[in-house]
Amino acid sequence: MSAVFDQIRAMAADLFGVPAASIDTSSSPQTIENWDSIQHLNLVLAIEERFGVQLSPEEIEQMKSVGETVKLVESRLQAAPR
Amino acid sequence: MSGQHNPANLRTEIEKHLSLGDFNHAAGELRELWRREPGSATASYVTSRVDQLRDKLILTKFKLAILRSFTVEPIVPLLRAEAFLFAIDLEVHVADFNTYVQDIVDAGSSLYRFAPNAVVLAVRSEDLAPDLTKQFAGLTPEDTRQAADRVARCYEQWAASFRKYSQAALILHSLERPRHPALGILDSQSEDGQSGLILQINSAIRRVAAGHRGIYVLDYDSLIARYGSNRWHDDRKWLIARLPISAEHLLPMAREWMRFLVPLAGRTAKALVVDLDNTLWGGIIGEDGMAGIKVGPEHPGAAFQALQRALLDLTHRGILLAICSKNNPDDALEAIDKHPGMLLRSKDFAALRINWGDKSQNIREIARELNIGLDSLAFLDDNPFEREQVRAALPEVMVIDVPQTPDGYAAAVRDCPIFERLTLLAEDQQRTAMYAEQRQRAGAEQSFQSKEDFFRFLEQEAELNPVSDLTLPRIAQLTQKTNQFNLTTRRYSEAQIAEMARQPGWNIFSIRVRDRFGDHGVVGVAIAHDQGEQCELDTFLLSCRIIGRTVETALLAHIAKSATDRGCKRLVGWFLPTKKNAPARDFYPRHEFELAEQKPEGSLWSLDLTRHQVAFPEWVRLVTAHGGHD
Repeated sequence: MSAVFDQIRAMAADLFGVPAASIDTSSSPQTIENWDSIQHLNLVLAIEERFGVQLSPEEIEQMKSVGETVKLVESRLQAAPR
Repeated sequence: MSGQHNPANLRTEIEKHLSLGDFNHAAGELRELWRREPGSATASYVTSRVDQLRDKLILTKFKLAILRSFTVEPIVPLLRAEAFLFAIDLEVHVADFNTYVQDIVDAGSSLYRFAPNAVVLAVRSEDLAPDLTKQFAGLTPEDTRQAADRVARCYEQWAASFRKYSQAALILHSLERPRHPALGILDSQSEDGQSGLILQINSAIRRVAAGHRGIYVLDYDSLIARYGSNRWHDDRKWLIARLPISAEHLLPMAREWMRFLVPLAGRTAKALVVDLDNTLWGGIIGEDGMAGIKVGPEHPGAAFQALQRALLDLTHRGILLAICSKNNPDDALEAIDKHPGMLLRSKDFAALRINWGDKSQNIREIARELNIGLDSLAFLDDNPFEREQVRAALPEVMVIDVPQTPDGYAAAVRDCPIFERLTLLAEDQQRTAMYAEQRQRAGAEQSFQSKEDFFRFLEQEAELNPVSDLTLPRIAQLTQKTNQFNLTTRRYSEAQIAEMARQPGWNIFSIRVRDRFGDHGVVGVAIAHDQGEQCELDTFLLSCRIIGRTVETALLAHIAKSATDRGCKRLVGWFLPTKKNAPARDFYPRHEFELAEQKPEGSLWSLDLTRHQVAFPEWVRLVTAHGGHD
C-alpha cells in the first residue's frame, strides 16, 4: 500500500473514530458509521491541509471510498508535485 | 528527539496512559501530538481524548458561543485542541446560520441560555451589507453612505442589547474589504468607495467596542491581509459548504480567536524567563566573548535585536522578564549592560539566575522570588533539550516553541496568546519598577531586629476607595489574576463588577498601598454584601507582594467597622480552598472568626460584630475616600 494510503487511513481513523487497522480501500460512508456529510467535509479539509491541494466540487464528489480518495490525491500530487 | 515523539508512537503512548489511568502523562502527550501535527484530523483525535480526560485534569472551563453567517464547524475542533494546549476546557455553542440578530435581541434565546463566558460575532461583509458589496455599483453615493450608517447603527444596537442580557465578553469581527471592488481602481480614489465605506464601518465598530465594557474588536480585515486575501479564501468551498476560509487557514482563524480566549480565561503569563546564549544574542558569551556575540541592527544580529524589541514591548504590557542561563554571571552581565547592540539591560529584568545549575530548579526559584505561580510563568530557550527538560520537570510552565532559525523568534513571542492583554492599566506598565522597589524592601527588612520595627520603618499607607469608573478595570483584573491570597477566588469581568455595583447592598472597595519605597498601586479588593443584619465577604483578595505586612488586617478592620456602622451584627465569609490559596487559609481564624459551617467546597467563618471588632494595626495609616484618616 502507498504512503498516501497510509496517511489518508490515519486521518480517516482520527476523524471517524475507528482503528486504522479496520480501514481498507473499500471503506466508505456505507461501511463507516461516522462518515457523514460533516465528517466528509472534515476529511476534504484534512487532505487539502496535509497535501497542500485544493479540491474542486467534482473531485469531492468522486471521494466515494477510501480507495477512490487515495487515487484522486495521488493523481493530484502527480499533476502538481509540491 | 527520541522516537516516542513521532505522531504514531505518541498515539500509542496516549492510549496506553489513558488505559492505565495515568491522565497527566496522557495530557502531556496529547499536547505534544498537537504541537507536532496540528490539523483537522489530529484535532478530531485530540478533542475525543480530551473529552475522556476533562474531568480528571485541572482545566479552566470556558464557554464560547459563535454567532455566524458562515460555516465554522470545522474550526471548532481545531479551536478546542488549541485551547487544551493552554489548559482550557473549551465548550463551544455554534448558533444557527444568520440568526445572530434574534439571538442577541431575545433575552430567552439559545445564546443566553447557553450562558457563555464569551461570544464571537463573525459575519461576512456580503451577508451583513449586501448593498455595500454585491449591489454597490448600482447605488448612488447617498444610498451607500446611508447603508454604511445603517450597519454602524446595527452594531451599536446589538452591543446595547447584548449588554442588557449578558455580562459575557463580546468579540466583534471587523468587516473585510472587498477583494474585487465593483469600480476597480476607481474605488481607491474616494473615501466613500466600497473599501472606504467598509473601513468607516470598522471605525464605527471600534467606537462601539470602546463604549462598552468587555466588548472587543477582532480585526478580521487585517487578519486576512496578513495571510493574503486570495489565499485566505476558498470560493468553491463557499459555494458547496458555506465555508469561505481555505483549509490551510482554519487553524490561523482558530488561533486568532485564542488570542482573545486565553486572556479572557485568565491563562496569561505574568513573567517570561529567557535564556541568553543563542536566544537574546547569537553565539556563546563564555566562548565568543563580547566582541564575538551577534546582536545589532545587521544580519545576523538583527534577529536577536528583533526578539529583544518584542520582549521590551511585553514589559510595557506589564509582563516581567527574568533570565535563566548557564553562564558565568560576570561575563553575562557585562554583555547585557555594555554590549552596544543590546536593547534590554539588567534593569529590565525582575530576576536573574545566571549559574550552572539545573534550569527547572532555577525557574522554581524565580517563581518564588517574583511571588508568581509556576503556571503564570513562560519560558523561552533556543535549545530544544532545555525546553523538553523544563516541560517534563515543570508541566505548569508555559514553554514557548521557537522555530529552527532565529529570524522567527520575535514572531513566536509576539504570536503567543499568553502575552495578550485585553486592557492595559497604569499598574501594568510600572510593574518592572515596582519589583525593583520590592527588592529594596526585602533588603531593608533584613536589617531590622523585629518585624514590628520594619513595619514602622515602612510607613505604610492604605487608601480605601469605593469602586469607581477609574478603579473598576483594575478591580476586575485583580479578581481574574489573584490566586494566592484570595479567600473565594471568584472571577469577575468588568461588566459583572459594574452590574454588582448597581445593586443595593453591595459594597465594593479597592485598596491602594504606598510606603517609603514607592507606590504599590491598587493591590487589593474587598466585596461585601449586606443581607439584613449580616454582612458577607463575597470577595477578599490582596496581591501576594504585600501580604504579611498587616495590610490585610487593615482592610478587614475597615470592612468590619463600616459593616458595624451600617448596622450589621455579623460579618461572615467563605474560605474556598484551591490548589493555590493556602496563604489565605488561616486568615479568618487568625482574626477570631468562628467556624460556622463546613462543606466539601469550603468553610464558612463568622465574626460577631456586637462582641468583637478587628483591631486596626498601628503601623498602617488608613486613608478613606472621604479624606478621613483613622
